[in-house]
Amino acid sequence: MAPSTSSVITLNINGEKYTLPVDHRTTLLDALRERLDLPGTKKGCDQGQCGACTVLLDGRRAVSCLQLAVAAEGREITTIEGVADADGLHPVQQAFLDLDGYQCGYCTPGQICSALAVIEEHAAGWPSAVTADVRPEAGVPPLTADEIRERMSGNLCRCGAYVSIVKAVARAAGTEAVA
Amino acid sequence: MKEFGYERVFDVPAAVALLDADPDARCLGGGTNLVDLMKTGVERPARLVDVRELPLGEIELTPDGGLRIGATVTNSDLAAHPDVRRRYPMLAQAVLAGASGQLRNMATVGGNLLQRTRCGYFTDLAKPCNKRTPGSGCPAIEGEHHNAAILGASAHCVAVHPSDMGVALAALDAVVAYETADGPGELALAEFYVPVGETPHVETALPPGALITAVILPPAPVAALSRYRKVRERASYAFAIGSVAAALDVRDGAVHEVRLAFGAVASRPWRAREAERVLTGGPATAEAFAAAADAELAAAETLPHNGYKVTLMRNLVVAVLTELAEEAAR
Repeated sequence: MAPSTSSVITLNINGEKYTLPVDHRTTLLDALRERLDLPGTKKGCDQGQCGACTVLLDGRRAVSCLQLAVAAEGREITTIEGVADADGLHPVQQAFLDLDGYQCGYCTPGQICSALAVIEEHAAGWPSAVTADVRPEAGVPPLTADEIRERMSGNLCRCGAYVSIVKAVARAAGTEAVA
Repeated sequence: MKEFGYERVFDVPAAVALLDADPDARCLGGGTNLVDLMKTGVERPARLVDVRELPLGEIELTPDGGLRIGATVTNSDLAAHPDVRRRYPMLAQAVLAGASGQLRNMATVGGNLLQRTRCGYFTDLAKPCNKRTPGSGCPAIEGEHHNAAILGASAHCVAVHPSDMGVALAALDAVVAYETADGPGELALAEFYVPVGETPHVETALPPGALITAVILPPAPVAALSRYRKVRERASYAFAIGSVAAALDVRDGAVHEVRLAFGAVASRPWRAREAERVLTGGPATAEAFAAAADAELAAAETLPHNGYKVTLMRNLVVAVLTELAEEAAR
């Protein structure tokens, strides 16, 4: 028997529940933008290569263009619309604003969601590809500009605002240690 | 994208039953490669079995001092795990060298093993490709092949395997554990990936309907001093054009034990056993490292635009082993 190709799902997004029928082919990105009126998450390449669609799934960054909506049921989804408290901006948003971490702004929601996670991953002691010594005894590498560039490399900015993005991530992380 | 059914499974028997009942079912882990290929129509499963919530998400010490890595462990959790970083640093480095932070959070160990080549002809439905459509031909041989294989390829396919993780696993003698409707099984990584030959569309020796449940790392004290080094066409977030996973144990200036595997040179992670043989018992010098690389690469067959890989791999082997030897001397 041919399997059903659609389901009614409930998504938990920014602390609110949304129930909707979806064709299984629907990505989380398209569900957010086209079905749930949450267009803050941007569609860039739609192939997992640019990071514009970055959201947080159970607190971890992920590209929503390769995440099927049906497979996101039961997970805590945080989009750019949900990163700040009711009033004011998240410190990462404020740092991007203060230091011009963008030009056209299209990649910015993805950059900010990614940066939030980078700061948490670093605080949790995760090494990166530029960490000289990955052994746990070596301790947490400082969040240098090289570390930020590597950890943020999944987010492309066609305007080339990278210099300011690195500064904004460093400021939000409280390091200011930008070489 | 072709329409498909979706089932989420919570235990291994349920997953295996679904895979056994439908030959057109595929496992969905992180989906970072599969969903991408479904969008373009390269992959056309009738049903996805979402394995992410199977109880296979743990990394456990084995009684003999190795590690058992559950198939649904994410790349991020694998690379962050203290025992992986301490005992098998080359594996943590290899995983961290692949993809982006977002993709590593999504991707699973089982899915990483089964990812498909990024050869441009494989992913372009308008072009022939023996891996995608058996018998249709391999335009890469006459066409765009600067990142094609130099070892173990055939006249039917010159695509390279894209995994970084797999290269470290090849050097570490990893074993892939799986479950089928007929019971469990295991495959050493060297047997898990099959030679290209005349059937490039057959990539692994996994039986039909098998679910990968774990990757088992035997104890490997030599890997405490190990490294993964990847060369790519930009500084980060790109597939390799050549990579080396190496572990070295030098005693009194001589190579007591060495592990060496190459990435982006073959249809599978390439264990450099000939180089290991040449090195073992000999001096740990740059000349010996170069001679070993040459011995392994003597079998290389190049195309007009990928001959640089022979030089690249030779230099990479010498550089990485020299670094490890210097570190061992400290």
